[in-house]
Amino acid sequence: MKFAVLVFPGSNCDVDMYHAIKDELGEEVEYVWHDATDLSEYDAILIPGGFSYGDYLRCGAMASQSNVMKAVKKAAEEGKPILGVCNGFQILTEAGLLPGALLRNKNLKFICRTVPLKVENNQTLFTNQYDEGQIINIPIAHGEGNYFCDEETLKKLKENNQIVFTYAGDNPNGSLENIAGIVNERGNVLGMMPHPERAVDALLGSADGLALFKSIVKQWRESHV
Amino acid sequence: MKKVKIYVTLRESVLDPQGSAVKGSLVNMGYKEVEDVRIGKYLELLISDTDRDIDTLVKEMCEKLLANTVIEDYRFEIEEAH
Repeated sequence: MKFAVLVFPGSNCDVDMYHAIKDELGEEVEYVWHDATDLSEYDAILIPGGFSYGDYLRCGAMASQSNVMKAVKKAAEEGKPILGVCNGFQILTEAGLLPGALLRNKNLKFICRTVPLKVENNQTLFTNQYDEGQIINIPIAHGEGNYFCDEETLKKLKENNQIVFTYAGDNPNGSLENIAGIVNERGNVLGMMPHPERAVDALLGSADGLALFKSIVKQWRESHV
Repeated sequence: MKKVKIYVTLRESVLDPQGSAVKGSLVNMGYKEVEDVRIGKYLELLISDTDRDIDTLVKEMCEKLLANTVIEDYRFEIEEAH
């Protein structure tokens, strides 16, 4: 299985993402620069965290208009797995691939620590290796991770079981309904503020994020025999 | 040449923690009259003469990039640039 890690000016979790796939998961992975126009050779697209375009204007706003995002939209329509982490999540909402928006943390602080997450939906292609309701430890590191959407959107998210992860401990950023990660209606685009790619080796505190990447591979192998 | 002044603000329904923090400071400084503070963005665009309808152009730019209408409102003024 071949993964793409998108790189925008200001991405800084791209190397972590690459390491997680190449060294811990053992799958093929390549960096793809933001002006690329074709992603057809990749089976899954990873949009890493960082500060694309310096987060000027709004987090993820300028990145969402870059060339490569047109190709990401095409890949999303084709049903390919697309994962956006942190700034990647912000880019996906700005691009309209996921509903809602990420606001500044309620306490105005940049938060960097490991938090417990609850797996609310283990029926997605990103979470089939977790148990439903399982508590996993994944680091967060963000200043604008306060998920917001209108009531109608929230109702839809609940009805379609699109809320995949919630914060299991204290709500660190003021996020609506403790939301930490959501998928699109089809279930092939996941955006999350916590960093699973930074939790792939027990030596670094937690390996709970690895199952997310294993889930993607499992689903892909089953549909490509 | 036109100068466009664009004001982007958080929608009323969206909590503005930055504004709340600034309000706290003002009240602490003795300006007890301050009821609320909302913080937004101000953008200035210089736009060269064009056959296209400038109102439509600016609206497009706001909707596509400059404002996120999920959480923000925008308004703009167009004037002659000197």
